[in-house]
Amino acid sequence: MEVLVFLVPLALMLGLIGLTAFLWSLKSGQYDDLDGAAWRAISDDEPAESSNPSEIPAE
Amino acid sequence: MQATRDFSHYLKSAGAGLLHLDLAVEGISCAGCMARIERNLSTIPDVTSARVNLTDRRLALEWKAGAIDPAVFVDRLAELGYKAYPFERASAETQEVERTNSLLRRLAVAAFAAMNVMMLSVPVWSGSVSDMLPEQRDFFHWLSALIVLPAAAYSAQPFFSSALVALRARSVNMDVPISIGIVLALGMSLVETASHAEHAYFDAAIMLIAFLLAGRYLDQNMRRRTRAFAGNLAALKAETATKFVTDDEVRTVPVAAIKPGDIVLLRPGERSAVDGNVISGRSEIDQSLITGETLPTTAVTGSAVFAGTLVCSGTLRVRVAAASGGTLLAEISRLLENALQARSRYLRLAERAARLYAPVVHATALLTMLGWLALGASLHDSIVTAIAVLIITCPCALGLAIPAVQTVSSGTLFSSGVLLNAGDAIERLAEVDRVIFDKTGTLTLPELDVANAAGIPADVFQLAGRVALSSKHPVAAALARAAKASSPLPGIEEVPGEGVHGRWDGVEVRLGRPSYCGADEEADEILHRDPEASVVAFRHGTACHVFAVRQRLRPDAAAVVANLHRQGIGVEVLSGDREAAVEAAAQSLGVHEWRAGVTPVDKIARIDELTRQGFKVLMVGDGLNDAPALAAAHASISPVSATHMSQAAADAVFLGEPLAPVATAIAVSRKALRLMRQNLWLAVVYNALAVPIAMSGMVTPLIAAAAMSGSSLLVMANALRARVQTKETV
Repeated sequence: MEVLVFLVPLALMLGLIGLTAFLWSLKSGQYDDLDGAAWRAISDDEPAESSNPSEIPAE
Repeated sequence: MQATRDFSHYLKSAGAGLLHLDLAVEGISCAGCMARIERNLSTIPDVTSARVNLTDRRLALEWKAGAIDPAVFVDRLAELGYKAYPFERASAETQEVERTNSLLRRLAVAAFAAMNVMMLSVPVWSGSVSDMLPEQRDFFHWLSALIVLPAAAYSAQPFFSSALVALRARSVNMDVPISIGIVLALGMSLVETASHAEHAYFDAAIMLIAFLLAGRYLDQNMRRRTRAFAGNLAALKAETATKFVTDDEVRTVPVAAIKPGDIVLLRPGERSAVDGNVISGRSEIDQSLITGETLPTTAVTGSAVFAGTLVCSGTLRVRVAAASGGTLLAEISRLLENALQARSRYLRLAERAARLYAPVVHATALLTMLGWLALGASLHDSIVTAIAVLIITCPCALGLAIPAVQTVSSGTLFSSGVLLNAGDAIERLAEVDRVIFDKTGTLTLPELDVANAAGIPADVFQLAGRVALSSKHPVAAALARAAKASSPLPGIEEVPGEGVHGRWDGVEVRLGRPSYCGADEEADEILHRDPEASVVAFRHGTACHVFAVRQRLRPDAAAVVANLHRQGIGVEVLSGDREAAVEAAAQSLGVHEWRAGVTPVDKIARIDELTRQGFKVLMVGDGLNDAPALAAAHASISPVSATHMSQAAADAVFLGEPLAPVATAIAVSRKALRLMRQNLWLAVVYNALAVPIAMSGMVTPLIAAAAMSGSSLLVMANALRARVQTKETV
């Protein structure tokens, strides 16, 4: 059971790293445009000119 | 005199010689638009960054200061087919964004703590039936306390502060029982841990906070989204004024940048955005919006002009005065304020539930403690059991039940073209059993249209449209729009008060009053048939045509009215327009109750009368004179073309030409309210099952945690049913 002395701080540390990463991503504006980010991930650097308009209704 | 656009009001410095401009862009609808705009604008030299936000439909630009006129960007976007407007983030929106992010940070901390505490709790739960040593259990409890206490102190602040505000005002909201539950659960767990007891509720407490924050975040995110959209709308219809920067040079600037003492130019067909005095020029002006007087008056040097005045014939130079009271605008603002105050007294479903809930729960906990004492249990055990009751009844599901439904429903409404302005709009819309429509701009389309287009040859129509582009008269503008004309004929001159004329193919063309074009007979015939129309005549050589221009009803208005009738919702029309016009519109829609020539005060009086009779009134209107009525009604909707003030007062805004979104909004809201009530009943059933267990003192931390997450998931799943849209029979 002495292993807990290492495992518990280690687990907490991992959790803290995850939390810090999330807070950093929030701060750097990665959640400002969720719709756009979804598309950016799959768009090529130079997408075809006539890229398919999706079904999102225009305003 | 071509006015150049002045963007300096909107430019921000982005440091190191860079300038920043935010544009609200109309027409961005897909990823393709996003890529196209970004690629195209990046090719302009000196542009360092062009980034589209697809969620908010905005574009952020940064470029090296000095080289580029920002108007270039707007022109380039227009070439691509997007209309862009400079945009300034309202402070209200900045606050909403800040609040959303703060909730998300707290949610992250609470969720992190909840997950890590689970890591410690699961061994304790499973260990208590096997071979865990009491020392190990204590160690895990202390570790849990170490994680949960700071996390709770940070992440539960929104509940604590809101509960304090409510208590100071001597009332109770949902946050009071939540805060009491959290504090007692943590306090008791700490005491129990210190005395080496078996049960600690750190996990349940932090999980409760995380679930509740998720609900709060959903609610807040919906508010942020509507606020962002409202900001775009404000930019799209930002009022501008044409300001003299030197004696003969003018610029188009936002009204916000106009100061008293500035001189502005008002051209025919423009509405004044400022109060002021005429310093030169002469024109007929229409002050109907301000004074209610429909006959035009003549403005000469020295006359006062108020915001909202329509300039009819000539151009005016106006020196801007400080905003003046005593106009209808000031009166409307006052009425609006009163009405909004009255509305803020509306109690939301969640608040009503909280008022019932808190006393019942706290009384139950107290009774439990007294009951166990009476049965001879120790004081310590009685208090522990009572606190367990509080923990198990903590309104976790209640806190999620309503925001989850609201978020899902507002998404459904958003996709059918209805944008909510107020957080409690859904609840109020759902209760509506009477709808009052304004006529002009609401039942009818906001813009004038040519009624007899079918009877006119296409080439003549097209040519007339191109001639009409040279006139600023509203009727001519409607003609140009209907003909979809885009290139004005060269050399067209205006004859003030008569019309425009010029040459085409060597033959004279004229557009204007029927008498100016020699078409009185034809015009009289049209006016005889349709007294509501305005006429404009067009002569090309010897050929002569008369266009009847009028407001058209929205295409599906009659169907929507019939649909509302079928649902048992009464419909009436209240309009400031003349009796004949209102009667004709009401009859063609099958509306039996209508009133014409009503003032803003009359509209409020009618709404009050209906309210006294027990009706819940939905007001649908767009004009400045509707704003107080929109605020006074139980719920209200405006078309997107409405004046700024009306839109701000309305609970919801609908987009596009059809009127159907009004019926959809009611249908979706009714379904949402039903689901909210269902969710509340689910929470009641859950409590009815869980409370006896808690009162009997059998609740372990495991049961508390399972019950809490179980009930939350159940109401979430139920809320998602709001996504399945009711089939509309419009």
